[in-house]
Amino acid sequence: MLLYTLRRLLVAIPTILLLVIAAFFMMHLAPGGPFTSERPLPPEVMANIQAQYGLDQPLWKQLWDYFFNIVVNFDFGPSFVQKDRSVNDVIAQGFPISLTYGALSFLAATVIGVILGIAAATRHNSWVDYSAVSLGIAAQALPNFIMGPILILVFTLWLGLLPGGGWNGGQWEYLIMPVIALATSYIGSIARITRSSMLEVMNSNFIRTARAKGLPDRTIIWRHAMKPTLLPVVSYLGPVFVYVLTGSVFVDLYFSTGGLGQSYVSSALTRDYAVLLGITILYGALTVIVNLLTDLAYAWFDPKIRY
Amino acid sequence: MTRIARLTLTALLSSTVLTGAATAAFAQETHPETGEELAEDQTFTYRLLDDVSSLDPQIVEDVDGSDVVRDLFEGLMNQDAQGNLVPGVATGYEVSDDNLTYTFTLREDARWSNGEPVTAEDFVYAWRRAADPATASPYQWFMELMSIEGASEVISGDAEPDTLGVRAIDPQTFEVTLTTPLPYFAQMTTHSTTFPTPQSVIEEHGNSWTQPENIVSNGAYVLTEYRPGERIVRERNEEYWNNEETILDRTVGLIINDENVALTRYLAGELDRTEIPAGQFQRLSEEYPEEATSFPRLCNYYYTFNLSDSGPEAFKDPNVRKALALAVDREIIVNNVKGGGWPPAYTFTPDAVAGFSPPTTEMAEMTQAERDERAKELLAEAGYGEDNPLEFDMIYNTDEAHQKIAVVMSQMWKQKLGVETNLSNMEWKVFLETRGQQDFDLARGAWCGDYNEASTFLDLLDTDSGYNDGKYSNPDYDALLEEAKTAEDTTPLYTEAEEIIAEDMPVIPIYHYAGVYMLDSDVGNWPTENVEQNWYSRNLYKIAE
Repeated sequence: MLLYTLRRLLVAIPTILLLVIAAFFMMHLAPGGPFTSERPLPPEVMANIQAQYGLDQPLWKQLWDYFFNIVVNFDFGPSFVQKDRSVNDVIAQGFPISLTYGALSFLAATVIGVILGIAAATRHNSWVDYSAVSLGIAAQALPNFIMGPILILVFTLWLGLLPGGGWNGGQWEYLIMPVIALATSYIGSIARITRSSMLEVMNSNFIRTARAKGLPDRTIIWRHAMKPTLLPVVSYLGPVFVYVLTGSVFVDLYFSTGGLGQSYVSSALTRDYAVLLGITILYGALTVIVNLLTDLAYAWFDPKIRY
Repeated sequence: MTRIARLTLTALLSSTVLTGAATAAFAQETHPETGEELAEDQTFTYRLLDDVSSLDPQIVEDVDGSDVVRDLFEGLMNQDAQGNLVPGVATGYEVSDDNLTYTFTLREDARWSNGEPVTAEDFVYAWRRAADPATASPYQWFMELMSIEGASEVISGDAEPDTLGVRAIDPQTFEVTLTTPLPYFAQMTTHSTTFPTPQSVIEEHGNSWTQPENIVSNGAYVLTEYRPGERIVRERNEEYWNNEETILDRTVGLIINDENVALTRYLAGELDRTEIPAGQFQRLSEEYPEEATSFPRLCNYYYTFNLSDSGPEAFKDPNVRKALALAVDREIIVNNVKGGGWPPAYTFTPDAVAGFSPPTTEMAEMTQAERDERAKELLAEAGYGEDNPLEFDMIYNTDEAHQKIAVVMSQMWKQKLGVETNLSNMEWKVFLETRGQQDFDLARGAWCGDYNEASTFLDLLDTDSGYNDGKYSNPDYDALLEEAKTAEDTTPLYTEAEEIIAEDMPVIPIYHYAGVYMLDSDVGNWPTENVEQNWYSRNLYKIAE
């Protein structure tokens, strides 16, 4: 298992490297640059600025310098657009915010989704099942960019209960709406997967055996059915975890949280090459790690899997 | 806004930062001039569309960022509520007989927020820094625009920054030498690029000198909190020379990207000012007549013809250009598409520009029916009609509001003139690149003045202008602008230039901008008459409700 983990981590390095190179060239292929603006800069001013940021160098040299600075100084360079800040600043400030509400949303979505799914499956075709299924579908049909404005309208304008946005160091009243907005649609899909998985498991031979043995339902569900039920859920949760972090752009946009999602999207639009690459590397590394953790988790959920 | 909502908000906002704001709260209970009763909490909260590009005066390039910088730093001259020039750090200035040397006298009591005096050396440092290629300021060209001696050479790297035509005669006397006389030079010293910056602090902290824990500034406010993507807070600077007359204690800028969310939060009492989203002005001004505000601004919205060799042959004929310009019903665009509050444009330069008097053009005088009639005649004269329909491409950057206008325009042309247009939208940077390379037929454009003078608009259509994406060229027009640079009275020259534009029609002006805000009625002294919208927090105050 340790060997397997090490091997996976080793493979991750060239993966991320390839990702950066691809992102780097695609970025430079896109028309315009960080200093293209409504009022074009005079050529000599443009030359000064390009020189300052090393953009006058050939692309391979820029890429090389970029890697060199990361490896040697752990410096991801300056932001080309937010000129007072470096990429390290942008990530250090935005990532903890994204991680906080992302992890909370993930937790909320998983717990509520799994409970809904199990409740529906164990009371198959009853009113519990129907209401859980309709609740799940409704939640899934509400993406966060719809939820955001609706939540603000209801909780801030109509009820006057919660601040309409901001972060304020992550105080709870600022966290509620972002977490609800982000978690809702995942609750739906997690509930659906859990429900169908559990229904399948409950019909399998070993559960029938357990029933025949005379075990009570509670024991069957918790001790025997739970682990195999969660297997497909876990494989879905890995990508979801990355999504809640990367897909948080709407949360940042509507709730002014100052998270990384907004920086990611705006860096692409403003061609802030350094910020875009920095966040791409971060998300790439995160994806690799989460995938590895998911794979390792399989072994715990299913003893048949060995590494 | 209910009092409870405001109190809750205030409590929330101040829970993390509580500084010396309370000290000044009891200083005044009524406004010294108007006698209005002042609110106990002197905090002004407004919405920023996006995070600021920088808080460094020499580097900042966006409007929102400049608004913050104008509170944190103070330049030689300021603007009052009408946009007139009033003393800033300088108490005044003298101009030499040849109009080439400006000598500013600085006030002795001007202080940095760390207590050190603001001297002429600080301005020398800042102005050199703005031009220095190593600073990589996107506003280096502003020093060139100001015609400062040696600016071009410094920017191109042919001369050292210390050769720039600025010097400190003594700590209170700052002298600037120009290459050509510039009638609006003093006005330009209200621009953030010219604000003084503290050399020792910049040298100590490098790029991070503008962080709240490092920054030293000389304006009426100091930066106390900056959370990127979330909020920017500035509070009263006790060292400011005119601190006694400052009423507002605190200004909070909340960064809210979505304008509809911002409006919701305004209505919930979280903001004192926000922009009104397109199409909602009429509704809001009926519902909140005291708060929905519209006033002219120094920006225009237009479409430019590609008159370069790569442009369509049809556009080389001024009659075709005029026909298209005439057939656009601007009233429908401003009232039905924009939702009111925006003035239609029949000239390139907005009417609100100081010293500009728009010519009485044929187009402005006619009714829309007459315009449509004339458009049909002109197009027929040019040889286009049912058997030879005019067809061209039209580009704009991806945005709902731009799209609506483009669709309406193309429909007007189709119905009235039988013209076929192919609309295509492009992502912003792709759009700029495409337009800049003359790879278009007709392209959207918009421009906001850098200073309150018609040349900031008219220069765009100068043959040599780097912003002239349509490549319009008329020697008579260029000569007029050249003459205006040194003329005593520029008004008739600019009017004549607009007459040439009306005759040649290289662009189709659609509308001029308006500041369309929701502005809480308890905000006192918002400078609605300042067309550049250069506002200073220290001139504002909150009235007790």
